[in-house]
Amino acid sequence: MSYLAKPKFHHPAIPVNELGFTHRDYEGAISTLCAGCGHDSISAAIIHACFELSIPPHRVAKLSGIGCSSKTPTYFLGQSHGFNTVHGRMPSVLTGANLANRELTYLGVSGDGDSASIGIGQFVHAIRRGVNMVYIVENNGVYGLTKGQFSATADQGSKSKKGVANADSPIDMVAMALQLGATYVGRSFSGDKAQLVPLIKGAFEHRGAAFIDCISPCVAFNNHAGSTKSFDYVRAHNAALNTLDVITGRAPITADYEPGESRTVRLHDGGSIRLRKLDASHDVTDRATALSAIHRHNAAGEIVTGLLYCEEDSHDLHDRLGTVDGPLNRLGAAELCPGVEILERINASLR
Amino acid sequence: MPIESINEFVVRFANVNGSGSASANQLFARCVMRMGVPVAPRNIFPSNIQGLPTWYEVRISGEGHLGARGGTDLLVAMNPQTWQDDIAALEPDGYLFYDSSRPIPKVQFRDDINIIGMPLTEICNARYKEPRLRQLFKNIIYVGALAALLDIELTVAEQLISEQFKGKDKLIAPNIEALRVGHAYAKEHFACPLGIRVERADNVGDRIFIEGNDAAALGAVYGGATVCAWYPITPSTSLAESFMAYCKRLRADKATGKTKVAIVQAEDELASIGMVVGAGWNGARAFTATSGPGISLMQEFIGLSYFAEIPAVIFDVQRGGPSTGIPTRTQQADILSCAYASHGDTKHVLLLPEDPHEAFEFGALAFDLAERLQTTIFVMLDLDIGSNHRLCKPFTWDSERSYDRGKIMTAEQLEAGETFGRYLDVDGDGVPYRTLPATHPRRGAYFTRGTTKDRFARYSEEGPDYIENMERLLRKFDTAKSLVPPPVETRGPRQASVGVIYYGSTSPAMHEAADLLRRDGIDLDLLRVRGFPFCGAVLDFIEAHEHVLVVEQNRDGQLRTLIQVECGVDPARLTPILHYDGNPITARFIRAAIDRAVRPVAQGHREKVDS
Repeated sequence: MSYLAKPKFHHPAIPVNELGFTHRDYEGAISTLCAGCGHDSISAAIIHACFELSIPPHRVAKLSGIGCSSKTPTYFLGQSHGFNTVHGRMPSVLTGANLANRELTYLGVSGDGDSASIGIGQFVHAIRRGVNMVYIVENNGVYGLTKGQFSATADQGSKSKKGVANADSPIDMVAMALQLGATYVGRSFSGDKAQLVPLIKGAFEHRGAAFIDCISPCVAFNNHAGSTKSFDYVRAHNAALNTLDVITGRAPITADYEPGESRTVRLHDGGSIRLRKLDASHDVTDRATALSAIHRHNAAGEIVTGLLYCEEDSHDLHDRLGTVDGPLNRLGAAELCPGVEILERINASLR
Repeated sequence: MPIESINEFVVRFANVNGSGSASANQLFARCVMRMGVPVAPRNIFPSNIQGLPTWYEVRISGEGHLGARGGTDLLVAMNPQTWQDDIAALEPDGYLFYDSSRPIPKVQFRDDINIIGMPLTEICNARYKEPRLRQLFKNIIYVGALAALLDIELTVAEQLISEQFKGKDKLIAPNIEALRVGHAYAKEHFACPLGIRVERADNVGDRIFIEGNDAAALGAVYGGATVCAWYPITPSTSLAESFMAYCKRLRADKATGKTKVAIVQAEDELASIGMVVGAGWNGARAFTATSGPGISLMQEFIGLSYFAEIPAVIFDVQRGGPSTGIPTRTQQADILSCAYASHGDTKHVLLLPEDPHEAFEFGALAFDLAERLQTTIFVMLDLDIGSNHRLCKPFTWDSERSYDRGKIMTAEQLEAGETFGRYLDVDGDGVPYRTLPATHPRRGAYFTRGTTKDRFARYSEEGPDYIENMERLLRKFDTAKSLVPPPVETRGPRQASVGVIYYGSTSPAMHEAADLLRRDGIDLDLLRVRGFPFCGAVLDFIEAHEHVLVVEQNRDGQLRTLIQVECGVDPARLTPILHYDGNPITARFIRAAIDRAVRPVAQGHREKVDS
């Protein structure tokens, strides 16, 4: 969009977080995506969430695959190491990075082409392994960089810019993530910052595989009448299950909802998510309810959004593998090499 | 006249897969080794699990020849399905040992062999009630009988059984008893020993007996690997499984019981190498183990590792190709696909171990090289080395040795204001500095990508940036020449006009062939290549010999091609000697092929020298 360098100065009264950072410290390079792209709103929501959570930017590793969405990590968290991997393979690279150092925060950004088509296998297996990560799919139903082909999340009957209807059934990544054992699952809309920011915050605070499907209209190729992933269509058919607030630490909870309307979900480090229910029948800690909500709203032609599922006492891949508490990449020869004496014993056992 | 030989013969066991023969056959091989006689066993296992044929060939060689010889002197025929072919392959005047419980018509034997029938099934059925025990002890009983027939010390076999079942002590007595039953029967019914027999010697020394995959896995433990991501594929699976077993013992944190390693069985080879690349990017020593088809699947990531400069180690246990080829047979057929793996201009470092000793050495070294060079290092085993027990020098480790983590810029250096350019060639060796994620709150972060970038890791599509980067990568590859293990040269007592280049599992057969050819009047100088990129010694060797042969186990002469291309050698200067039927190359094959190729040249040279 623009090749101008971003100015470094900012308003002297700009708010700072607990670490003394302003939201500018969480920004990246200027976006090169199309003006009005939904992805830029998601980048802004990530910046906002990290700022509000006071996450040290350099403690985040941001990884992506290939595609418009996968370009976005350049546009946020400039102080974080980033890795633009290969098409559809972000989940495996993120898994490996996480194995190397369990102490960092891992943010995987992908798109519907990257994660629902070429990379669906890697998406599936990273979720079922319970890799501790925030996995965001910026879902626009089309291939943007190659100019407008349908992706695997495009709804059946949804029309391309050229007016051709999509014949194939869509993949619902949220339903898949639930079925695969993701321990934090949400769906949102890039045009609904009020919902998206807390959803991302909750994902960052969650331990385990946190998956967010964020519908993010493509202004260039999928924002026309007849598309089911346009701004207008999503606004008109959005069925939010809840609104949420993420509370870090052990801040007192001041209830201002009617009994039965709210629900508090514990997070592993002492924080919590406070939900205001918009759909009284939805139990956010029940996987089956979440799946049935998706199907029910689908049948009604609605797109269900909000926090669909959250497991309170979740585990991650490192728990399952029983790895040591510290990062593996910090261990040296003293901790890793069994030494000469043991080698001599092994030699002796092989004669 | 039956074959007569002390300590130089081949025993071939023809078994049914899943019958429990593997451990009995291995016991037999170990007995010979414990008597101080070198032994080289080989599994020949078609791709199936139960009920189908499998063979175990044991070459016994007092002279220490560990390559496959070809031919069988004693056949232990325990599989009726393969009876005819097995008998046909027996050397004239060889020995047939078989289960005579069921009468076999005379036409199914040969007249020119010596037949030893023992009613193994009958003996077992009389002694054991349970079908599984009948099966298992039948194997031990034939080992006992073979001990008598080949003059193997029974005490040696008993000692090995006691060691094998240590901790499951109640199994020791019945196994020893079965062994003695076989031994006593053979003593009573046959003229023991046969013309071929084992005589105690002292030719094993302090060597160890281990599979190459097992050794490579131990090398990865010693080399500090903390992440292993893999996908099952024959014949590499046992490498990852062996790594798991070693880590269980050697990587458990004593205080907490937690483990200092992460091992993930991935969903496919793409994910395996993806995890390795992710872990390498984040500063862990990571590897995967695979075989040819896995290498094909990993191509894109290997290119990313090359271009984004991320340490990774791949153990490639080569098998017959192309495509799925002959998955349970050996070849050296991935040399080119690894050396030039991926799209674009790429070249990769290969290490070529000859046996388990070097599989351990290079297995550990690969992790230092991967971090030093920030790229993928291939350790090229093959099925012959990987899946067979091989006698080799014991493993060694320098107690002072630490890991070479390569050029990693620290928080202190960044704090002190040192210039950090991820792809900046500060030292002139083509190797840039890297930072690990979370090193410093404000400095040293960069964006890793496979696409073109400038020396400060900023996205760039500019031609000069691309060329500068690609040329630096070539300088880096040049640096690798001095870091990979140098070739090993073996010169004969006389100056030879014929030089032979070979590598990997061809080694024992090549040495044996060179001895045989020397006796035939053909002298050879040998050069064993142990790494790619090639250093100057390879070209020097070629220039110093009138006739140069390249012996390898593939159809297309892949190392020969690599030498031609990378050293700029005229193809006419390099004569290929190729063996690729899936069986390990033999000295007999090499001897005949070299004889055909060089007799006029070598003899002419001898005449010149002698006159």
